[in-house]
Amino acid sequence: MSGPAVLRESGHFFAFCLDTLRGLGRRPVQVREFVQQAWFISSVSILPAALVSIPFGAVIALQLGSLVRQLGAQSFTGAASVLAVVREAGPIVTALVIAGAGGSAICADLGSRKIREELDAMQVLGIDPIQRLVVPRVLASMLVAVLLNGLVSVVGVSGGYLFNVVMQGGTPGAYLASFQALGQLPDLLVGEVKALLFGAAAALIASYKGMTAKGGPKGVGDAVNQSVVLTFMALFALNFVVTAVYFQVVPQKGS
Amino acid sequence: MGVEVAVRGLTKSFGGQPVWSDISLTLPAGEISVLLGPSGTGKSVFLKTLVGLLRPDRGDIVIEGRNLPRLSERDLYEVRKLFGVLFQDGALFGSMNIYDNVAFPLREHTRRSESEIRAVVTEKLDMVGLVGAEKKLPGEISGGMRKRAGLARALVLDPQIVLFDEPDSGLDPVRTAYLNQLIIDLNQRTEATFLIVTHDINTARTVPDNIGLIYHGHLAMFGPREMLLSSTEPVVRQFLNAQRIGPIGMAEEKDAEELQAEAQAGAELPPLPPIPVQLQPSDGRRRRAERPPGQWCRDHGVEPPPGSFAGPDGQRTVELPAFLTRDGVPG
Ligand SMILES: Nc1ncnc2c1ncn2[C@@H]1O[C@H](COP(=O)(O)OP(=O)(O)OP(=O)(O)O)[C@@H](O)[C@H]1O
Ligand SMILES: [Mg+2]
Repeated sequence: MSGPAVLRESGHFFAFCLDTLRGLGRRPVQVREFVQQAWFISSVSILPAALVSIPFGAVIALQLGSLVRQLGAQSFTGAASVLAVVREAGPIVTALVIAGAGGSAICADLGSRKIREELDAMQVLGIDPIQRLVVPRVLASMLVAVLLNGLVSVVGVSGGYLFNVVMQGGTPGAYLASFQALGQLPDLLVGEVKALLFGAAAALIASYKGMTAKGGPKGVGDAVNQSVVLTFMALFALNFVVTAVYFQVVPQKGS
Repeated sequence: MGVEVAVRGLTKSFGGQPVWSDISLTLPAGEISVLLGPSGTGKSVFLKTLVGLLRPDRGDIVIEGRNLPRLSERDLYEVRKLFGVLFQDGALFGSMNIYDNVAFPLREHTRRSESEIRAVVTEKLDMVGLVGAEKKLPGEISGGMRKRAGLARALVLDPQIVLFDEPDSGLDPVRTAYLNQLIIDLNQRTEATFLIVTHDINTARTVPDNIGLIYHGHLAMFGPREMLLSSTEPVVRQFLNAQRIGPIGMAEEKDAEELQAEAQAGAELPPLPPIPVQLQPSDGRRRRAERPPGQWCRDHGVEPPPGSFAGPDGQRTVELPAFLTRDGVPG
């Protein structure tokens, strides 16, 4: 895509996000669609998230375990792996799963509606597809992302704990105490804030790409592909920004 | 009572590529108009522009004093409540069964109870001959059935303006005949303004009050049915009589060479076929927009082709008005 085209596309996407924001306040609230979508997105994402987070937690525990031993700071193994999981791994796994499983499904769904002219028909019947379809999807995706992040954190931390205590011979008391020393509530909150933003961004990009799909079934395929790639890039960039802001804004314990 | 749609200087292009330009026409309130044109000339685009799904580059679409291309999104949704649209492929909601599809506008826009909704939906489904298919999903029925279900959904809110995108493509001849009768009867009953895009020449010749023809990026002609059916304008004549001889070729427009070759071969234009009588409402009463056969020709001093306004077997199917017999116009 050429420069102006990218700019135009970004402008359209921005306008789309504003429309969605405006749609948030509009009645009637689409409760049914929201519940259905939340159910649907969780059903496609919970299992992969859980399955990914166990090895992810273990890898982090393994890496940090050996790194911390090399540095001679064994007593902080617990803190390091919990913080790594809660602050970074949780949101990243959530982002991957939400973009890959939830976002692609949303994009494919809206894209096929678009090329079947269902969205046009809806507009002619006096119903705004953004309010009717996009808003509930964005909200559902945000909710599921937050829940998923909680799930991933719990599973990842338990995985790390088991790995450290059972396999690497750490002491349970030291593991928890070190977390007490370095961790704080905002660590958990920032993870959830990230997840919330990721959920919103993934659903917005997927919906936008789906609703602007054109050129028949092949167009839908292309849209899904682009939406997944774009979402990954956007989420990693967003992750960086939020993390940087977090370290600027929230004073860290023990530093 | 239907409303008038006035289109002035409408132009639309996609990415610099013009689809059509400078289209001006008025769909008279309560009348049936047909829009014809070779495949790919932008008839579907025209319908979508009329309901504000696509924004024109230039031009006005005035409905009840409001100019659609200038309206805000919110006002546009208001104006759209006047419209019922049958999309080319039906555009049913794939996740809902036929019944829920037809009930959808009622559930969204009215506070009727489920039993009232059931009555309306059943009536509309009966009208298009789909009773018994309520529980089927759009993916499980034929294209023709999808189209009829789309029609039922388009009509469920009693729209003032109904746009049909090829209602008869994919229907068998019997269903097409029923559908044409249905369109006439609906127009008689609702007096809504109808615009029908079709490729069916028989439909175009017998159903509408007005005919328009889009050709080569512009509106070649728009006017009363008898005006176009008696026209000797080459494009109009070729299209309305489904002939190969004329300016329209396989790839939209014949080039000069082909035309010359045609002229040299002495290809002679066959005479204009007789103008058929317009389809009548099935209860025998007149539609408000209906005009007596031959009136336009008489008013404009045009001699209709011999045999016009007679039934298929040469019998007059309608009583000719006094002026025709008096003037001795053949019939
Ligand atoms: N959304 C769009 N973006 C770009 N080009 C489009 C779009 N919609 C239609 N076109 C182009 O506009 C032209 C007219 O298309 P349209 O579907 O209106 O034709 P049509 O007259 O309805 O043909 P048919 O009789 O086959 O249905 C085509 O060349 C098509 O490629
Ligand atoms: Mg078309």
